[in-house]
Amino acid sequence: MQIQSMHFKARSHAALADATLQANLRKFQSTGFTALRARAVAEFGAELFEALRGEGAAIRDRSLESLDAWIGSFEAEAVRRGATVLFAETGAEACELLIEICRRHGVRKAIKSKSMLSEEAGLNEALAANGIRPVETDLGEYILQLAGEPPSHIIAPALHKSKEEVAGLFEAHHHAPRKDDIPRMTREAREVLREHFLSADLGISGGNFLIAETGSGVIVTNEGNGRMVTTLPRVHVCITGIEKVLPTLEDFSTLLRLLTRSATGQPISNYVSLFTGPRARQDRDGPEHMVFILVDAGRTNLVGGDIQEMLRCIRCGACMNHCPVYRAVGGHSYGWVYPGPMGSVLTPSYVGLANALDLPHAATLCGACSVACPVKIPLPELLRRLREKQVDRGLRPRSERAAIGLWSWTARRPRLYALATAIAVRFLRILGGRNGMIVALPFGREWTRGRFFPAPKSGKTFRALYAARNRGQTTVLLLF
Amino acid sequence: MRVGLFVTCLVDLMRPSIGFAALKLLEGAGYEVTVPALQTCCGQPGWNSGDREATRALAEMLIAQFEECRYVVVPSGSCAGMIRAHFPEVFANQPAMLAKAQRLVARTYELTEFLTKMAKRPAVSASFKGTVTYHDSCSGLREIGVKAQPRQLLAKVVGLKLVEMEECETCCGFGGTFSIKYGEISSAMAEKKCANIAASGAQAVVLGDLGCMLNIEGRLRRRGDANTQVLHVAEVLAGTTEG
Repeated sequence: MQIQSMHFKARSHAALADATLQANLRKFQSTGFTALRARAVAEFGAELFEALRGEGAAIRDRSLESLDAWIGSFEAEAVRRGATVLFAETGAEACELLIEICRRHGVRKAIKSKSMLSEEAGLNEALAANGIRPVETDLGEYILQLAGEPPSHIIAPALHKSKEEVAGLFEAHHHAPRKDDIPRMTREAREVLREHFLSADLGISGGNFLIAETGSGVIVTNEGNGRMVTTLPRVHVCITGIEKVLPTLEDFSTLLRLLTRSATGQPISNYVSLFTGPRARQDRDGPEHMVFILVDAGRTNLVGGDIQEMLRCIRCGACMNHCPVYRAVGGHSYGWVYPGPMGSVLTPSYVGLANALDLPHAATLCGACSVACPVKIPLPELLRRLREKQVDRGLRPRSERAAIGLWSWTARRPRLYALATAIAVRFLRILGGRNGMIVALPFGREWTRGRFFPAPKSGKTFRALYAARNRGQTTVLLLF
Repeated sequence: MRVGLFVTCLVDLMRPSIGFAALKLLEGAGYEVTVPALQTCCGQPGWNSGDREATRALAEMLIAQFEECRYVVVPSGSCAGMIRAHFPEVFANQPAMLAKAQRLVARTYELTEFLTKMAKRPAVSASFKGTVTYHDSCSGLREIGVKAQPRQLLAKVVGLKLVEMEECETCCGFGGTFSIKYGEISSAMAEKKCANIAASGAQAVVLGDLGCMLNIEGRLRRRGDANTQVLHVAEVLAGTTEG
């Protein structure tokens, strides 16, 4: 997918001005996942859930510490059960591998269940360019494929679209009378998709987890399309990141408890599908060929570094659901595959620090993400570390560096600082006028675009007043 | 037992009365309070901007200023959070400074936290006529667990009624330099906060951090609300609010 992250500011400006999007985001917030998660956590028991988060983080850390070994075991087990395991260093390489598979099996049409990695790799575009028709079968992804838009959320990709917008898309693409109620719209989509399920030659799925113990891939879904994609066509390709590997099924069961509760507040999703090798002789269904494409695309660069904790991520979306910035500007503002706090860490890590300069700063570091994260990723701290990397590599604007430098230089010289602040306080107080509100802040125009800046209440600093008071007391004492 | 008051740079510059309210509360709680004269800033702006060197210099100064104090009390969850949650990381590679930083961490409290946990005698004997709502500042809440403490203390203020607003734990949009880098998003977040304050029906929003205070007050006035007061918890507890 093309990177637009350098345009965060312009994109978020457009998002804030888009009334339909704002209405959709408000609806997402009021009926959305945060309340469902809170209820699920309360039902599970808040303390128990805290302990579970700790276990989840530990499992992910264990997996990442010996990532190469677990990938090795996964590969051996998957191959032993008849699957093929391929590795791709980049998204482009993953596309090439997939197109090669399509050629070998004479594939004309591929059905897909949701895969964020395929968005990273631009898989749909690559398939189409090679004469293979990709059909998204997750309802949200299907809507976006019709609209020609990327997802704006990692588990609810079309949340930026209203029911009315979807009705319009269906009317235009399905050549059927417009329907306005969701059950009938969904039925219509299912009827269209059924034809594709039955006629596709290849199924492409993502993978929420890979189990080293058994060589299985796992997808966690709610619509059932994933099961069709992984069992109906002759060939099934699971394409996912190398970091998704877990040592055992037991580990998976712990993470599954965390994943669905954190994502949608469900104790378990409607479908949890494990696929282990192709159809065996005694199996009644399943693909003839089963291939895993495990993609690096920047992940190994994070192993052993100071952003490694990010690789714990199990893609639940809780961080963006709880992020007040995401809720204000929506996912497309972030300009690449992954939005919200996890995206603001992953995007610069995968596409380069210089290509996403805004993202680590596009957060108030409020911490709502990290307390919701099921695997305790310290997202605000990771964002801060990326800010530090930007400074170390000289990527911040000179004016910003100068401002911070001047502030800390002055603050290190208390007497000079006292003088400078005394002047500043008096100046700002005058600017505030009778109401004590500054309408246009010098050197802070961004602040006063949407707010006043309250002026200092006193013309003097606390320290000056305090010193004067103490002097006054001393004088009084001397008089007696 | 000497308590050092770290006034914080924003209180020092913008709202000295909050510093005096904190002083009054600490003295009322039975402590001798000192205000180290050369204190400036905890270094948070540099830290959150990725400038480790600038942060280190200010943090070292702060540590030295409060070396003699048995406790350090801060009328801000954000600055107390900077010390408690981040100073050890600031000095991660300097063992000698790290030890000093950790000693400071162990002695540092946010004001309401200190008053509920350590006060030798009841610190609050104020009255306030009316209904208020409380905004939980992010760092105080999530970095050091300030949630029940201000509410416990406010419950002792005669005549004060607390109503909770929707999303009281959601960020107001300040975020330090975020507020001037992404003014538009920051204002949009502040607007949501103001709408929740208005919907609560409270006549005042009480909070414990200057950043949120300036942000919320600036947005309230800009949206045409001249009446809703924005008050620091220290002033309400000390009974020194204006009007």
